[in-house]
Amino acid sequence: MLLAEECPTGGSVYFESTDIHKLKKGEINKLRRRIGTIFQDFRLLPYKTVFENIAFAMEAAGRTDEEIAGDVPYVLELVDLTHKAYNFPRELSGGEKQRVAIARAIVNRPDVIVADEPTGNLDPINTFDIVQIFKKINDLGTTVILTTHNKGVVEEIGRRVVTMEDGKIVRDDPGGKYVL
Amino acid sequence: MIWINFKRILHSGFVNFWRNGVVSISAVLVMIITLFIISGVLFTSALLDHTLISLQQKVDVNINMLTTAPEQDILKLKEDLEKLPEIENVEYVSRDTALENYRERHKDDEKILAALDELNENPLGAALNVRAKDPSYYENIQNFLNENQAVSGQGAIIENINFAQKKEAIEKLRKIIDAGKQFGLIITIVFVILSILITLNTIRLAIFISKEEIRLMTLVGAEQSYISGPFVVTGALYGIVSAILVLIMLYPITFWIGPRISPIFFDMNVFGYYLSNFGQMFLIIFFAGIFIGAISSFLAINRYLRK
Repeated sequence: MLLAEECPTGGSVYFESTDIHKLKKGEINKLRRRIGTIFQDFRLLPYKTVFENIAFAMEAAGRTDEEIAGDVPYVLELVDLTHKAYNFPRELSGGEKQRVAIARAIVNRPDVIVADEPTGNLDPINTFDIVQIFKKINDLGTTVILTTHNKGVVEEIGRRVVTMEDGKIVRDDPGGKYVL
Repeated sequence: MIWINFKRILHSGFVNFWRNGVVSISAVLVMIITLFIISGVLFTSALLDHTLISLQQKVDVNINMLTTAPEQDILKLKEDLEKLPEIENVEYVSRDTALENYRERHKDDEKILAALDELNENPLGAALNVRAKDPSYYENIQNFLNENQAVSGQGAIIENINFAQKKEAIEKLRKIIDAGKQFGLIITIVFVILSILITLNTIRLAIFISKEEIRLMTLVGAEQSYISGPFVVTGALYGIVSAILVLIMLYPITFWIGPRISPIFFDMNVFGYYLSNFGQMFLIIFFAGIFIGAISSFLAINRYLRK
């Protein structure tokens, strides 16, 4: 809903002071470039290499070739995938795919990153790695909204926890823990 | 930025075509069938035209002259007829030639030959064989002759014109020609629409496979034109590759078929037609390929780009 992909059945969704669902098509594209999105199932472009997957987000945002050549290697280094730059998604493990998705989400320096169950398909070691990357991104000044059912992830991060139940916020703890 | 985007779209379209090999091969195969149908329509239309022209050329009107008609008057009438814009040509058959032809036609009929020998003089008059540019013109030619002194009046030199006898055949031929042309046009339109639909569905299937990819592109904020552009380029590439393959394959196919069907279609050789009209065929098939591929991709992808 934050990406205006689906409409709410009631109420409004605001990004800063903008009602997202009242935006025109062209404006929605601009909004989406300000939000980095990470999915549980990675959603990489299968016929593009790791480098091209990340570059695509920059191309969509109208960045120049020089900017792409400078920024993509930088984010690849950040997620520790420099050596896989020219591999295709099918040649990567689950954890590596998710790191590519993270690199793609952060490369345009978005205002906020929405990560929807990013560790849902990963083993504990990869989950730990991904959590460390998110902490690093957050430390660099980007807001990260992470949805998860994983107790370990919530405890490991140790930041603000908003709990939802049946579509409603039931708890909002500044330094929360996983509470049933 | 527009130029950079254009370059990126072209590059991406080429890369998609290459990397998505299996889908590309199947789309190219279907487009080959489509372009073969279009080529078939072109060849059929050429064969039909050639056949109709050949049939038209076989129809003529004979003006039979009186045996007493002076040769110079006949030649004068021939000249007058040749001045008419409707006339393709006028052939003069002299009395001697007419007799020779008659003898030749009846060389196996001894009775007729004997009867001819009995006569001291040539019983046949000269004739003018008139061929019009189009069967519909024969009516005008008939009117011209009726108004001419040669038919009626003191200087009449014409015994009869067999237009009336041929009129029915000419009318029938004209109707067949018109119907043939209309039918050909309808068949062409139907085949072209069918072939576009077949290609559209194949490309739609190819793009359906990329449905999630397209959705993701919209989620990272890519403009519609930037998402659809590479797919349209890939579609055009399907068309280009198919067109080249079809043009190559038409060479041996027409070479093989040409001599076999030539006797049926008044000696028209499709191989010779293909070679002599290659430039035109190339342009039609090549651009039809690009057009059908690109349009099909554009229509197919628009389905997934709606908000």
